Amino acid sequence: MHTAAGAQARLPIRSDMDLVWVRQHVRQAAAQLGFGLVDQTKLVTAASELARNTLVYGGGGTMDTEPVSEGGAQGLRLTFSDEGPGIADLDQALSDGFTSGGGLGMGLGGARRLVHDFAIESRPGAGTTVRVTSWVGRAPRPREES
Amino acid sequence: MAGSPTHEVRDFLRRRREQIAQRWADEPLFRAVFTVSRDEAVEAGKAVVDALAQVADAGRVEDPDAAGFTAVREQLARMGAARSRAGLSTAQVSSELATLRPPVENLLLSDLQEATDTHVRDCVTTLSVLMGTLRVVVMQTALSEGQALIDRQRLQLLEVATPVIKLWDGIVAVPLIGTLDSARSQVVMETLLESIVEQQARYAILDITGVPTVDSLVAQHLMKTVAAARLMGAECIVSGIRPAIAQTMVHLGLDLGTVVTRSSLADALGYVLHQLGVGIVTPGANGTVTR
Repeated sequence: MHTAAGAQARLPIRSDMDLVWVRQHVRQAAAQLGFGLVDQTKLVTAASELARNTLVYGGGGTMDTEPVSEGGAQGLRLTFSDEGPGIADLDQALSDGFTSGGGLGMGLGGARRLVHDFAIESRPGAGTTVRVTSWVGRAPRPREES
Repeated sequence: MAGSPTHEVRDFLRRRREQIAQRWADEPLFRAVFTVSRDEAVEAGKAVVDALAQVADAGRVEDPDAAGFTAVREQLARMGAARSRAGLSTAQVSSELATLRPPVENLLLSDLQEATDTHVRDCVTTLSVLMGTLRVVVMQTALSEGQALIDRQRLQLLEVATPVIKLWDGIVAVPLIGTLDSARSQVVMETLLESIVEQQARYAILDITGVPTVDSLVAQHLMKTVAAARLMGAECIVSGIRPAIAQTMVHLGLDLGTVVTRSSLADALGYVLHQLGVGIVTPGANGTVTR
């Protein structure tokens, strides 16, 4: 499949089919920027988790992808936004094993471990925005023991 | 003086049925679809003219759902499909349909030489609307055909992509390919459990070599399948875990727990054969047997 817009694009997340599209787009954009196979897989998996959260808990939304650079380093930034009910307790949502929907509860916390930078904004009733960035060739972030 | 424009157009279509069909038969659309005989094209053209006349008779020139179109809907769909197969885009098919209007309009104008300008204009407008509606009907049919095709293919994919293979007495394998969403994994689980009964399998190998992304939902589906197979007395082995997937699963915090995993299908088969106490014997060059 081919995305004409390249690395910068906005994709809708409205159905299971859109998740397939999100994964393919992220994989393609990451490959274009020079991500290795392992890093591609990590970023695609993180995107898959976050996009599913947007769909299942946020009631649908969008994913924006944009290439970023910082001091000569290339990266890919993904922003997932929804206008759903929001998350009341972020710490709880990020902890492994917590789920409000019947999943494994690994999605949000797992996605955070798969990327270099992770930022989440959410207020009850005002939707949720998750912004993640991964950099080409940078070592994975150290595991935080919590 | 003549009646309403709609009835005028209806009468005109009935009167000129033969001539219109003859002219249409020479237009690119009909020529390209009915390549074998011109008579066939003329007959098809007449059927369309009849349908248009019937729609005009009912006074529903703007309604693509008018009953008059029912009789020719299938034929129009075939014509549209034939052009699509020939590689034309929807827009190109639409512009070919547009070429059907001028010949009819010219005939109508020559029939209306005696009429007042207002009446001529009304009749031509009515005819244009009617021909426009015909285009909408063809496009609608083409789109619904496309949707039906997509639905069929989706169903096909559900079935085709989940074969259960008997590898050995008591060993079955499922090579999973593509996205493992909820609908697919449900089918996988069902076919696997059925074949465990059918083949009296004690071991089932789930090979995920062809699954590009293993996220927490895919892992959850896998574990549910493994648990269900275990309840039926079969042990599951997950194979085909590539290095990138393995690293990702570790970072994600996924633990397949007590599930036996192997990197390749061959390793998984070797493991199961060993469990079953089956040894592989390689015959040597001089007929001796080495183990």
